[in-house]
Amino acid sequence: MHNFDFTKPSTIAEAVKALSAEGAQALSGGQTLIPTMKQRLAAPVTLVSLTGIAEMQGVCMGEGGLHIGAATPHAVVARDAAAHYPALAALAGGIGDPAVRNRGTIGGSIANNDPAACYPSAVLGSGATVVTNRRKIAADDYFQGMFTTALEEGEIVTSVVFPIPEKAAYVKFNQPASRFALTGVFVAKFKDGVRVAVTGASNDGVFRWAEAEAALSADFSAKAIAGLTVDADGMISDLHGTAAYRANLVKVLTGRAVTAAR
Amino acid sequence: MPKDTGIGASSKRREDVRFLTGKGLYTDDVSLHAQAHAVMVRSTVAHGRIVRIDTSAAAAMPGVLAVFTGEDFAAVGGNPAGWLINSRDGTPMREPKRPVLAHGKVRHVGDAYAAVIAETYQQAKDAAEQLAADTEIEELPAIVDMKAAVADAGNRVHDEIPDNLCFDWGWIEDNRAAVDAAMKAAPHVVTLELVNNRLVPNAMEPRASIGEYNPGTGDYKLTTTSQNPHLTRLLVAAFVMGIPENKLTVVAPDVGGGFGSKIYHYGEEALVLAAAKKLGRPVRWTAERTESFLSDAHGRDHVTKIELGCTKEGEILAIRTETLANVGAYLSNFSTATPTFLHGTLMAGPYKVPHVYVNVKAVFTNTAPVDAYRGAGRPEATYSLERVIDKMCRELNLDPFEVRRKNLLTPDQFPYTTPVGLVYDTGNYQATLDKAIELGNVAGFEKRAAESKARGKLRGMGLSTWIEACGIAPSHLVGVLGSRVGLYDAATVRVNATGNISVMTGAHSHGQGHETVFAQIVAERLGIPESSVEIVHGDTSKIPFGMGSYGSRSLAVCGSAMNKAVDKIIAKGKKIAAHMLEAAEEDISFADGKFSVAGTDKAKTFGEIAFSAYVPHNYPLETLEPGLEETAFYDPGNFTYPAGAYICEVEVDPDTGKVDVVAFTAADDFGNVMNPMIVEGQVHGGVGQGIGQALCENTSYDENGQLLTGSFMDYAMPRADDVPFYTVDHSCSTPCTHNPLGVKGCGEAGAIGTPPAVVNAVIDALHRGGMTHVTHIDMPVSPHRVWQAING
Ligand SMILES: Cc1cc2nc3c(=O)[nH]c(=O)nc-3n(C[C@H](O)[C@H](O)[C@H](O)COP(=O)(O)OP(=O)(O)OC[C@H]3O[C@@H](n4cnc5c(N)ncnc54)[C@H](O)[C@@H]3O)c2cc1C
Repeated sequence: MHNFDFTKPSTIAEAVKALSAEGAQALSGGQTLIPTMKQRLAAPVTLVSLTGIAEMQGVCMGEGGLHIGAATPHAVVARDAAAHYPALAALAGGIGDPAVRNRGTIGGSIANNDPAACYPSAVLGSGATVVTNRRKIAADDYFQGMFTTALEEGEIVTSVVFPIPEKAAYVKFNQPASRFALTGVFVAKFKDGVRVAVTGASNDGVFRWAEAEAALSADFSAKAIAGLTVDADGMISDLHGTAAYRANLVKVLTGRAVTAAR
Repeated sequence: MPKDTGIGASSKRREDVRFLTGKGLYTDDVSLHAQAHAVMVRSTVAHGRIVRIDTSAAAAMPGVLAVFTGEDFAAVGGNPAGWLINSRDGTPMREPKRPVLAHGKVRHVGDAYAAVIAETYQQAKDAAEQLAADTEIEELPAIVDMKAAVADAGNRVHDEIPDNLCFDWGWIEDNRAAVDAAMKAAPHVVTLELVNNRLVPNAMEPRASIGEYNPGTGDYKLTTTSQNPHLTRLLVAAFVMGIPENKLTVVAPDVGGGFGSKIYHYGEEALVLAAAKKLGRPVRWTAERTESFLSDAHGRDHVTKIELGCTKEGEILAIRTETLANVGAYLSNFSTATPTFLHGTLMAGPYKVPHVYVNVKAVFTNTAPVDAYRGAGRPEATYSLERVIDKMCRELNLDPFEVRRKNLLTPDQFPYTTPVGLVYDTGNYQATLDKAIELGNVAGFEKRAAESKARGKLRGMGLSTWIEACGIAPSHLVGVLGSRVGLYDAATVRVNATGNISVMTGAHSHGQGHETVFAQIVAERLGIPESSVEIVHGDTSKIPFGMGSYGSRSLAVCGSAMNKAVDKIIAKGKKIAAHMLEAAEEDISFADGKFSVAGTDKAKTFGEIAFSAYVPHNYPLETLEPGLEETAFYDPGNFTYPAGAYICEVEVDPDTGKVDVVAFTAADDFGNVMNPMIVEGQVHGGVGQGIGQALCENTSYDENGQLLTGSFMDYAMPRADDVPFYTVDHSCSTPCTHNPLGVKGCGEAGAIGTPPAVVNAVIDALHRGGMTHVTHIDMPVSPHRVWQAING
């Protein structure tokens, strides 16, 4: 790790100001950034911690649904969202291990947009709104491919607002080593339709499976998608699974998520 | 009533107090005044010629004290292989020198070609980065695949070795023609090609070394993560550095697991000693996890074709194997013994097989060196054999339990000389098989399978009946087989004046629990509390000698030495007691901690005798030296032969290919058991590692020799939820006939017997699910591979 300066502001405004300095970078739970720095693959001049900002912490019901502060750790979401949005709480409770869940945050996760991360599927699958220091971004506009988002230079995620579906579930198939999602599917049934978001599978990062959404909106049951096929084109192929294998998982896990949804 | 102390008691592991409360002292915990930090500069290419290393910029960086390159060690000796293997044609193996730092060429990703020493670790890291940038390496085509390596004479890992072949070994060469004939005549021949996957040992504690040099005395000290400090001292002193052994102390303090990878001497150990001498300051190095992945000796990595000739009824007539064994870029210390004498000699298994022939070609590649890893050679033999027997059962529609039973040696056949050069002293393989069948509730399997099916899962059951040769090893025998060292062990039992005891053992404990078990034995034999016995290990300045811990040898060999030393203590105690009690020595008996005169109530306690030995006021000084301390060396008369039967039950998810091990039964014969709880723990660990190899662990190099699985993000270690609650039994005991404790060794068993049981279970599940086209899946049997096999 190279040397760096560290600052821990207590308001969003102070954080944004600190981040405008040359070489400054936001630090949330550090579960991605710190290992990268240890491997000397990142060398920020200043780390601006977002974890001391009260407005970016916590889970509460509010306008538009469930509001989660961007610096809220996964463990807190697992605990405090359970009564409001059990599928989301279960997803948070299945990320990494206890140490990761007590440091890693929802804001860090969706800012990073790892193609194998869990949260992006919940944000996209719920049609959530990503709130930043500048604007509100619809989930459909926010995720723009592997490790790429709509965030601009100096823009930070401050909270995420989740509409609450009638029923939902997240089913994750673990990559055997990292236990990130080799493929994970988030299914949410709203009054006006079903959303299906897939993580871990595609070279373009998290995506919605439109055919399944249409079929499930008509008939919310696993058999409704039995006749669909998933195109392996554009799926990730690596040591842990070929594109064809991931395409298979997308379908299998979607069916299981529909069955598990509550 | 189970005993609560002494031999056979499940005494709690005394070392756990310090391990579990953070009070252990590992190499990296040692902090010395004025210490400097070493960082190794490692190759990022698998194969390349070093064109130029410009050290000037790195050397001028802040805090940098010294820079070393291969040039600095060109004159010192190489790290030797411990075994000389001869090829079938009688020529000795090709044995390239393994330098402290790569010189001229780099031969695998992670091969260290330079080192930087600085005041702080970060300064050394910075300078190492600079040095790497100032190094020019001409990349050469990487040699990764073994078949290609031996086929392509133009591309060489070592320029002087034309075909990348270390040796071409035949065991037993004289039997080859007879085996070929038997195979030809066999009514049925089963053929299986399989890969025994390469494993990264991944000890929890990474390797670490600290070198010290005292210019006033010329003494060196090496504190290092070693399973065998005396062997390391021998290698460093006599072979690599040319230091007299009396001027080098090697200390292996608490060591956080080794599994084989810390048997060997590594270049970093010589480097820190040389640097300490040059700087006159202690120099320390600790591997980062990435370095462990790249530079620890890996395990296994065999590609094997096995043929089995049999009758239609499943009687095994002949076995023939051809194996390519990867030794990696350099010969690590045991690397030539592992695929040969620890592998070929086990190819008859626990069966009566008249004809066996094993051929092993050891191949150099541009990958990390491969050496002994928990089980070492024996898991490879067991896997080949138990998989091909399973395949035979499927081809001939025979019951795998009955086929095993038909071929297993029977108790009346011991001692039994195998066609591959071993003499099994004792065993009862039917008993462990019956035990496993009972405990694994084989009778209830169909019901469980139906229940799984109702949940959409395929349930399968797999069996392996395994044997190993451990308690390594009779020196005269291994000498004939090519070993360059003896494999005895030693212990000193020092009775202190106040009657408590320090035992210095050559065996080194790095998680096994020796400090508890060895103390139990001494306490039982001398009739004193366990708490009065201290076990001291891991320091060449304190212990007499020893060959260390590996090959399930600690108790069988070093424990026997210790037991012998206790015999000597008791014999001397009798002399002292005879004098004090004014009786004839022959009339003194020793039991329950008391020396007594037969037929009288006259007695002296062990403590009184000890005191008298050190305060010899009333003592036969004319005929007996004062003091009570004895050393014994023990050289085993034979290997020991633990054996057992393992039954694994899996559930396969046919939609995803995911395999869950849902039940595992291990019935083992370890001879006499000194501490059942610790034995059970060793089996748990070994079975866990076996499941890891079978289902999770994949070491993958791409065609350029880059390690694709170089971190825990991609290298899957088994986790707690990957393994079931095990059923473990060791009640079917046939004590070893040739060591005084009757023990056989239990450390490697699980890692040996487990992988074929797991894979056999997966194949069984798929067949039961109607996927009879699947005859084999190579390990690790990952979800993706199972799914491909199902859909292939
Ligand atoms: C062992 C392990 C296992 C894991 N397993 C899983 C898993 O199973 N599933 C899963 O989804 N994830 C997993 N993770 C990832 C983890 O959940 C974290 O969510 C993730 O590392 C990022 O969150 P963080 O708070 O740690 O972000 P940080 O590491 O602090 O930051 C990540 C990046 O986001 C930027 N950033 C952080 N916060 C903001 C913000 N509010 N606005 C803008 N940019 C920001 C940072 O500058 C940095 O570039 C795992 C991580 C580890 C170490």
